[in-house]
Amino acid sequence: MGKIGFILLLLFLSCKNESKSTDRLSANEQNETLKKGDEKATASTPFDLEVYDFEGLEPFLTTNSDKTYVVNFWATWCAPCIKEMPYFEKLNSNYADKKVEVIFVSLDFPNKYDSNLKPFIKDQNLKSKVIALNDTDSNTWIPKISEDWSGAIPATLIFNKDKRQFYEQSFTYGELETEVKQFLK
Amino acid sequence: MYTLKTFMAAVAILVSSVFTSNPGYKIGDAASDFSLMGISGKKVSLSDYKNAKGYIVIFTCNTCPYAIAYEDRIEALHKKYASKGYPVIAIMPNNPAVQPGDSMEAMKVRAKEKGFTFPYLMDEGQKIYPQYGATKTPHVYVLQKTSKGNEVKYIGAIDDNYQDVAAVNTKYVENAVDALLSGNEIKEKETRAIGCTIKV
Repeated sequence: MGKIGFILLLLFLSCKNESKSTDRLSANEQNETLKKGDEKATASTPFDLEVYDFEGLEPFLTTNSDKTYVVNFWATWCAPCIKEMPYFEKLNSNYADKKVEVIFVSLDFPNKYDSNLKPFIKDQNLKSKVIALNDTDSNTWIPKISEDWSGAIPATLIFNKDKRQFYEQSFTYGELETEVKQFLK
Repeated sequence: MYTLKTFMAAVAILVSSVFTSNPGYKIGDAASDFSLMGISGKKVSLSDYKNAKGYIVIFTCNTCPYAIAYEDRIEALHKKYASKGYPVIAIMPNNPAVQPGDSMEAMKVRAKEKGFTFPYLMDEGQKIYPQYGATKTPHVYVLQKTSKGNEVKYIGAIDDNYQDVAAVNTKYVENAVDALLSGNEIKEKETRAIGCTIKV
């Protein structure tokens, strides 16, 4: 459960104070997570991967702003996911001025973060935000993301403050653009 | 105007549900039998198992990390339940032309390495998984022989922790089969888990 503690710490540090889970931390737990945070900081990782459980991910899945978010669930071992990633990157860059933001949510196993996920993010030079979801109780959180999601990846959620749509499918750039345009009207 | 909007919204919902709905089996449906080539070199059908009370049909493969994480647990299910009348029947649904690591040859190698004792079958031509409505590996269908035929009693995940067998809280498939064996109602008939898209 140390990872969850660390996630909460990240939330705490990034001032996402609307997160109720942070408030629930006892002083003791905060010390514990801080200690873990220090350990993490001294580790010689090229960058820190943001890792969340579902509770930590939820704030990324809703907005009150005028932005449109494109949240793509993927993993380094998922070939169709890797194939469509450049389209999401292109969208993120081409539609930045239209307030569209892509977030990649990795479902790689935690024991692959250092060996596979971090090198992939670095090698591909991904410009969109990448976070990792580590929450094994998928039967609980999959239907919260969409009742239509069987659990197969790639899967994508597009939403803004008025509208949300879930897609259990692969995209081409054209298809992705068509969907996103529906949100920009 | 308002009613038109409502009507359009209803149409939109209807249309989207038609396109997104999975045409596969629902709980209570009768599952079709099949005749698929297995790693043993023989074709296998559900009807070959005259004494079975039902089946644990699992769509799985060699190459998906989630499927690999469950290999030992699939073998354990077969060891535990085959003798009680619920053998595991594993079906590899991917197109081996797209996923060479899932060829029949590779299936044989993997089964030998892992000591699989359950039948591991190739969904040649990929005709069976769409009938079931499987979308990913691993994807489990527990069937029970009833007056309806092979009635679908459970659809979903094996348990609630793909990462760590020691940290599993709920063994969905075991609970379902135990309930069938004892004549009780299955508490969780459908569950969901992350898995690898079936490669077509």
